[in-house]
Amino acid sequence: MNTADQYLKTIYVVQDSEDGPASTGSVADALGVSPASANEMIGKLEERGLAEHEKYKGVKLTDDGIVRARDALQTYCIIERFLANVLAVEDFQAEARELEAVIDDTVAERLDTIIDRQPECPDCFDPESDACACLEIAPEPVEPEQQ
Amino acid sequence: MVAVSVSQRVASDDQLARLLQIGIVLEEVVEARAHRHYQQLDAELDAEVEALLADAAKESADHRERLEALIDGLGVDSVPFDEIESLVDARYGRTRPEDFDDVLYDQLCNEETAYKFYDDLIEAIESSDAAFSIDREELIATLTTIRDEEAEGVREVTEVMERR
Repeated sequence: MNTADQYLKTIYVVQDSEDGPASTGSVADALGVSPASANEMIGKLEERGLAEHEKYKGVKLTDDGIVRARDALQTYCIIERFLANVLAVEDFQAEARELEAVIDDTVAERLDTIIDRQPECPDCFDPESDACACLEIAPEPVEPEQQ
Repeated sequence: MVAVSVSQRVASDDQLARLLQIGIVLEEVVEARAHRHYQQLDAELDAEVEALLADAAKESADHRERLEALIDGLGVDSVPFDEIESLVDARYGRTRPEDFDDVLYDQLCNEETAYKFYDDLIEAIESSDAAFSIDREELIATLTTIRDEEAEGVREVTEVMERR
Protein backbone atom coordinates (compact mmCIF):
# COMPACT_ATOMS: atom_id res chain seq x y z
CA MET A 1 0.00 0.00 0.00
CA ASN A 2 1.55 3.33 -0.97
CA THR A 3 1.80 6.39 1.26
CA ALA A 4 -1.16 8.18 -0.37
CA ASP A 5 -3.39 5.17 0.35
CA GLN A 6 -2.23 5.04 3.97
CA TYR A 7 -3.23 8.71 4.30
CA LEU A 8 -6.61 8.15 2.63
CA LYS A 9 -7.35 5.21 4.94
CA THR A 10 -6.38 7.25 7.99
CA ILE A 11 -8.42 10.31 6.97
CA TYR A 12 -11.40 8.05 6.30
CA VAL A 13 -11.23 6.48 9.77
CA VAL A 14 -10.58 9.81 11.53
CA GLN A 15 -13.39 11.67 9.73
CA ASP A 16 -15.71 8.80 10.55
CA SER A 17 -14.84 8.87 14.25
CA GLU A 18 -14.94 12.70 14.41
CA ASP A 19 -18.18 12.69 12.41
CA GLY A 20 -16.96 15.52 10.21
CA PRO A 21 -13.76 16.78 8.60
CA ALA A 22 -10.59 15.22 10.03
CA SER A 23 -8.27 17.72 11.68
CA THR A 24 -4.76 17.73 10.26
CA GLY A 25 -3.41 17.21 13.78
CA SER A 26 -5.43 14.02 14.30
CA VAL A 27 -4.34 12.68 10.90
CA ALA A 28 -0.68 13.50 11.67
CA ASP A 29 -0.95 11.85 15.11
CA ALA A 30 -2.58 8.73 13.70
CA LEU A 31 0.16 8.40 11.09
CA GLY A 32 3.00 9.30 13.46
CA VAL A 33 4.19 12.11 11.18
CA SER A 34 4.64 15.86 11.66
CA PRO A 35 1.69 18.19 10.88
CA ALA A 36 3.85 19.74 8.14
CA SER A 37 4.28 16.34 6.43
CA ALA A 38 0.57 15.65 6.80
CA ASN A 39 -0.28 19.05 5.28
CA GLU A 40 2.01 18.40 2.34
CA MET A 41 0.41 15.02 1.54
CA ILE A 42 -3.11 16.38 2.07
CA GLY A 43 -2.24 19.07 -0.50
CA LYS A 44 -1.24 16.35 -2.97
CA LEU A 45 -4.47 14.44 -2.33
CA GLU A 46 -6.39 17.66 -2.97
CA GLU A 47 -4.57 18.17 -6.29
CA ARG A 48 -5.59 14.64 -7.30
CA GLY A 49 -9.22 15.34 -6.45
CA LEU A 50 -9.26 12.82 -3.61
CA ALA A 51 -9.68 15.23 -0.67
CA GLU A 52 -10.87 18.73 0.12
CA HIS A 53 -9.20 20.84 2.76
CA GLU A 54 -11.07 23.58 4.55
CA LYS A 55 -9.10 26.07 6.59
CA TYR A 56 -9.69 25.75 10.37
CA LYS A 57 -11.99 22.77 9.79
CA GLY A 58 -9.83 20.00 8.44
CA VAL A 59 -9.79 17.57 5.56
CA LYS A 60 -12.67 15.67 4.00
CA LEU A 61 -12.46 12.95 1.37
CA THR A 62 -14.22 13.36 -1.95
CA ASP A 63 -16.33 10.47 -3.32
CA ASP A 64 -13.30 9.22 -5.29
CA GLY A 65 -11.19 9.53 -2.15
CA ILE A 66 -13.71 7.51 -0.15
CA VAL A 67 -13.66 4.69 -2.73
CA ARG A 68 -9.87 4.49 -2.57
CA ALA A 69 -9.81 4.81 1.22
CA ARG A 70 -12.26 1.92 1.60
CA ASP A 71 -10.13 -0.22 -0.76
CA ALA A 72 -7.06 0.61 1.35
CA LEU A 73 -8.92 -0.25 4.54
CA GLN A 74 -9.96 -3.57 3.00
CA THR A 75 -6.34 -4.31 2.12
CA TYR A 76 -5.40 -3.53 5.71
CA CYS A 77 -8.12 -5.87 7.00
CA ILE A 78 -6.85 -8.64 4.71
CA ILE A 79 -3.33 -8.23 6.11
CA GLU A 80 -4.64 -8.30 9.70
CA ARG A 81 -6.83 -11.33 9.11
CA PHE A 82 -4.05 -13.15 7.32
CA LEU A 83 -1.59 -12.49 10.15
CA ALA A 84 -4.09 -13.43 12.87
CA ASN A 85 -5.72 -16.48 11.28
CA VAL A 86 -3.10 -17.97 8.97
CA LEU A 87 0.17 -17.10 10.66
CA ALA A 88 -1.34 -16.99 14.20
CA VAL A 89 0.42 -13.72 15.00
CA GLU A 90 -0.61 -12.53 18.45
CA ASP A 91 0.09 -8.82 18.00
CA PHE A 92 -1.33 -8.77 14.48
CA GLN A 93 -2.32 -5.07 14.64
CA ALA A 94 1.25 -3.91 15.28
CA GLU A 95 2.62 -6.19 12.55
CA ALA A 96 -0.04 -5.14 10.06
CA ARG A 97 0.93 -1.51 10.61
CA GLU A 98 4.56 -2.41 9.98
CA LEU A 99 3.83 -4.47 6.89
CA GLU A 100 1.09 -2.50 5.15
CA ALA A 101 3.57 -0.24 3.36
CA VAL A 102 5.36 -3.25 1.85
CA ILE A 103 2.27 -5.30 0.86
CA ASP A 104 0.79 -4.35 -2.48
CA ASP A 105 -2.96 -4.52 -3.17
CA THR A 106 -2.50 -7.35 -5.69
CA VAL A 107 -0.61 -9.39 -3.08
CA ALA A 108 -3.34 -8.69 -0.52
CA GLU A 109 -5.95 -9.86 -3.05
CA ARG A 110 -4.15 -13.19 -3.38
CA LEU A 111 -3.89 -13.56 0.39
CA ASP A 112 -7.61 -12.82 0.46
CA THR A 113 -8.20 -16.11 -1.39
CA ILE A 114 -7.32 -18.11 1.72
CA ILE A 115 -8.98 -16.06 4.45
CA ASP A 116 -12.64 -15.69 5.34
CA ARG A 117 -13.48 -12.02 5.11
CA GLN A 118 -17.02 -10.90 5.84
CA PRO A 119 -19.13 -9.27 3.10
CA GLU A 120 -19.54 -6.12 5.23
CA CYS A 121 -15.77 -5.45 5.15
CA PRO A 122 -14.48 -2.72 5.63
CA ASP A 123 -17.51 -1.37 7.55
CA CYS A 124 -16.72 -3.84 10.33
CA PHE A 125 -13.41 -2.09 11.02
CA ASP A 126 -13.24 -0.86 14.59
CA PRO A 127 -10.77 2.06 15.00
CA GLU A 128 -10.66 1.62 18.78
CA SER A 129 -9.18 -1.88 18.58
CA ASP A 130 -7.55 -1.11 15.21
CA ALA A 131 -9.04 -4.38 13.94
CA CYS A 132 -12.01 -5.94 12.20
CA ALA A 133 -14.84 -6.40 14.71
CA CYS A 134 -15.74 -9.79 13.15
CA LEU A 135 -12.20 -11.13 13.41
CA GLU A 136 -12.15 -14.39 15.33
CA ILE A 137 -8.96 -14.93 17.22
CA ALA A 138 -8.03 -17.50 19.79
CA PRO A 139 -9.21 -16.18 23.17
CA GLU A 140 -6.53 -15.16 25.64
CA PRO A 141 -6.13 -17.65 28.47
CA VAL A 142 -8.08 -16.47 31.49
CA GLU A 143 -5.98 -15.87 34.57
CA PRO A 144 -7.40 -17.68 37.61
CA GLU A 145 -8.82 -15.27 40.15
CA GLN A 146 -6.75 -14.68 43.25
CA GLN A 147 -8.46 -15.96 46.36
CA MET B 1 -6.07 4.94 16.34
CA VAL B 2 -2.49 3.88 16.71
CA ALA B 3 0.28 5.53 14.70
CA VAL B 4 1.19 3.68 11.51
CA SER B 5 4.45 3.48 9.67
CA VAL B 6 4.67 5.32 6.38
CA SER B 7 8.13 4.06 5.48
CA GLN B 8 8.53 1.38 2.85
CA ARG B 9 11.54 -0.29 4.38
CA VAL B 10 12.32 -3.59 6.02
CA ALA B 11 13.70 -2.59 9.40
CA SER B 12 14.40 -5.79 11.33
CA ASP B 13 15.01 -9.55 11.22
CA ASP B 14 11.48 -10.14 12.50
CA GLN B 15 9.89 -8.04 9.79
CA LEU B 16 12.03 -9.69 7.14
CA ALA B 17 11.12 -13.16 8.45
CA ARG B 18 7.42 -12.28 8.35
CA LEU B 19 7.68 -11.08 4.75
CA LEU B 20 9.54 -14.24 3.75
CA GLN B 21 6.77 -16.28 5.42
CA ILE B 22 4.25 -14.38 3.30
CA GLY B 23 6.35 -15.29 0.25
CA ILE B 24 6.20 -18.94 1.30
CA VAL B 25 2.42 -18.76 1.66
CA LEU B 26 2.08 -17.17 -1.80
CA GLU B 27 4.17 -20.01 -3.24
CA GLU B 28 2.07 -22.55 -1.33
CA VAL B 29 -1.10 -21.01 -2.72
CA VAL B 30 0.30 -21.35 -6.26
CA GLU B 31 1.34 -24.93 -5.57
CA ALA B 32 -1.97 -25.95 -4.01
CA ARG B 33 -4.07 -24.26 -6.70
CA ALA B 34 -1.95 -25.65 -9.53
CA HIS B 35 -2.29 -29.11 -8.00
CA ARG B 36 -6.04 -28.74 -7.69
CA HIS B 37 -6.39 -27.42 -11.23
CA TYR B 38 -4.24 -30.27 -12.43
CA GLN B 39 -6.58 -32.78 -10.80
CA GLN B 40 -9.63 -31.12 -12.33
CA LEU B 41 -8.10 -31.40 -15.79
CA ASP B 42 -8.25 -35.20 -15.53
CA ALA B 43 -11.60 -35.30 -17.28
CA GLU B 44 -10.37 -33.51 -20.36
CA LEU B 45 -6.61 -33.51 -20.58
CA ASP B 46 -4.87 -30.66 -22.29
CA ALA B 47 -1.16 -31.39 -22.61
CA GLU B 48 -0.03 -27.77 -22.81
CA VAL B 49 -1.98 -26.57 -19.76
CA GLU B 50 -1.10 -29.72 -17.86
CA ALA B 51 2.62 -29.18 -18.48
CA LEU B 52 2.32 -25.52 -17.49
CA LEU B 53 0.65 -26.34 -14.18
CA ALA B 54 3.08 -29.15 -13.41
CA ASP B 55 6.00 -26.76 -14.00
CA ALA B 56 4.35 -24.05 -11.90
CA ALA B 57 3.87 -26.42 -8.95
CA LYS B 58 7.47 -27.63 -9.23
CA GLU B 59 8.85 -24.11 -9.44
CA SER B 60 6.78 -22.96 -6.45
CA ALA B 61 8.04 -25.88 -4.38
CA ASP B 62 11.59 -24.93 -5.31
CA HIS B 63 11.01 -21.25 -4.42
CA ARG B 64 9.46 -22.30 -1.14
CA GLU B 65 12.53 -24.35 -0.24
CA ARG B 66 14.82 -21.42 -1.02
CA LEU B 67 12.71 -19.08 1.11
CA GLU B 68 12.64 -21.67 3.90
CA ALA B 69 16.44 -21.80 3.87
CA LEU B 70 16.51 -18.00 4.29
CA ILE B 71 14.08 -17.94 7.19
CA ASP B 72 15.90 -20.87 8.80
CA GLY B 73 18.88 -18.55 8.93
CA LEU B 74 16.73 -16.03 10.78
CA GLY B 75 15.66 -18.68 13.31
CA VAL B 76 11.95 -18.56 12.37
CA ASP B 77 9.61 -21.46 11.58
CA SER B 78 8.13 -21.93 8.13
CA VAL B 79 4.41 -22.19 7.41
CA PRO B 80 3.21 -25.83 7.10
CA PHE B 81 2.08 -26.57 3.55
CA ASP B 82 -0.80 -28.87 4.58
CA GLU B 83 -2.43 -25.97 6.46
CA ILE B 84 -2.32 -23.73 3.40
CA GLU B 85 -3.50 -26.59 1.19
CA SER B 86 -6.57 -27.11 3.38
CA LEU B 87 -7.31 -23.35 3.40
CA VAL B 88 -7.05 -23.23 -0.39
CA ASP B 89 -9.24 -26.33 -0.65
CA ALA B 90 -11.84 -24.87 1.71
CA ARG B 91 -12.11 -21.68 -0.33
CA TYR B 92 -11.80 -23.39 -3.68
CA GLY B 93 -14.78 -25.63 -3.09
CA ARG B 94 -16.88 -22.48 -3.53
CA THR B 95 -15.23 -21.07 -6.65
CA ARG B 96 -14.38 -23.64 -9.24
CA PRO B 97 -12.66 -22.56 -12.45
CA GLU B 98 -15.05 -23.14 -15.33
CA ASP B 99 -12.63 -23.80 -18.16
CA PHE B 100 -9.02 -23.66 -19.27
CA ASP B 101 -9.16 -19.90 -19.76
CA ASP B 102 -10.03 -19.50 -16.07
CA VAL B 103 -7.20 -21.81 -15.11
CA LEU B 104 -4.71 -19.86 -17.23
CA TYR B 105 -5.96 -16.52 -15.99
CA ASP B 106 -5.65 -17.69 -12.39
CA GLN B 107 -2.13 -18.89 -13.08
CA LEU B 108 -1.26 -15.53 -14.67
CA CYS B 109 -2.52 -13.70 -11.55
CA ASN B 110 -0.44 -16.01 -9.37
CA GLU B 111 2.74 -15.33 -11.31
CA GLU B 112 2.13 -11.58 -11.57
CA THR B 113 1.37 -11.30 -7.86
CA ALA B 114 4.46 -13.25 -6.90
CA TYR B 115 6.59 -11.07 -9.21
CA LYS B 116 5.18 -7.89 -7.68
CA PHE B 117 5.70 -9.22 -4.15
CA TYR B 118 9.38 -10.06 -4.68
CA ASP B 119 10.03 -6.84 -6.59
CA ASP B 120 8.58 -4.75 -3.72
CA LEU B 121 10.43 -6.82 -1.15
CA ILE B 122 13.79 -6.37 -2.90
CA GLU B 123 13.18 -2.62 -3.12
CA ALA B 124 12.22 -2.43 0.57
CA ILE B 125 15.35 -4.36 1.57
CA GLU B 126 17.60 -2.27 -0.66
CA SER B 127 16.24 0.98 0.77
CA SER B 128 16.85 -0.20 4.34
CA ASP B 129 20.16 0.12 6.14
CA ALA B 130 19.15 -2.46 8.77
CA ALA B 131 21.69 -5.18 9.52
CA PHE B 132 20.11 -8.62 9.12
CA SER B 133 21.48 -11.79 10.66
CA ILE B 134 21.67 -13.41 7.23
CA ASP B 135 23.97 -12.27 4.44
CA ARG B 136 22.33 -9.33 2.66
CA GLU B 137 23.93 -10.04 -0.73
CA GLU B 138 22.84 -13.66 -0.65
CA LEU B 139 19.34 -12.59 0.42
CA ILE B 140 18.99 -10.12 -2.45
CA ALA B 141 20.55 -12.56 -4.95
CA THR B 142 18.09 -15.32 -3.95
CA LEU B 143 15.08 -13.02 -4.12
CA THR B 144 16.22 -11.57 -7.45
CA THR B 145 16.55 -15.07 -8.95
CA ILE B 146 13.07 -15.99 -7.70
CA ARG B 147 11.60 -12.71 -8.99
CA ASP B 148 13.17 -13.24 -12.42
CA GLU B 149 11.72 -16.75 -12.58
CA GLU B 150 8.30 -15.32 -11.78
CA ALA B 151 8.74 -12.81 -14.63
CA GLU B 152 9.59 -15.71 -16.92
CA GLY B 153 6.44 -17.49 -15.64
CA VAL B 154 4.30 -14.46 -16.55
CA ARG B 155 5.81 -14.52 -20.04
CA GLU B 156 5.15 -18.25 -20.49
CA VAL B 157 1.52 -18.07 -19.38
CA THR B 158 0.92 -15.00 -21.56
CA GLU B 159 2.33 -16.83 -24.58
CA VAL B 160 0.08 -19.85 -24.01
CA MET B 161 -2.93 -17.54 -23.59
CA GLU B 162 -2.13 -15.66 -26.77
CA ARG B 163 -1.82 -18.89 -28.78
CA ARG B 164 -5.22 -20.18 -27.67
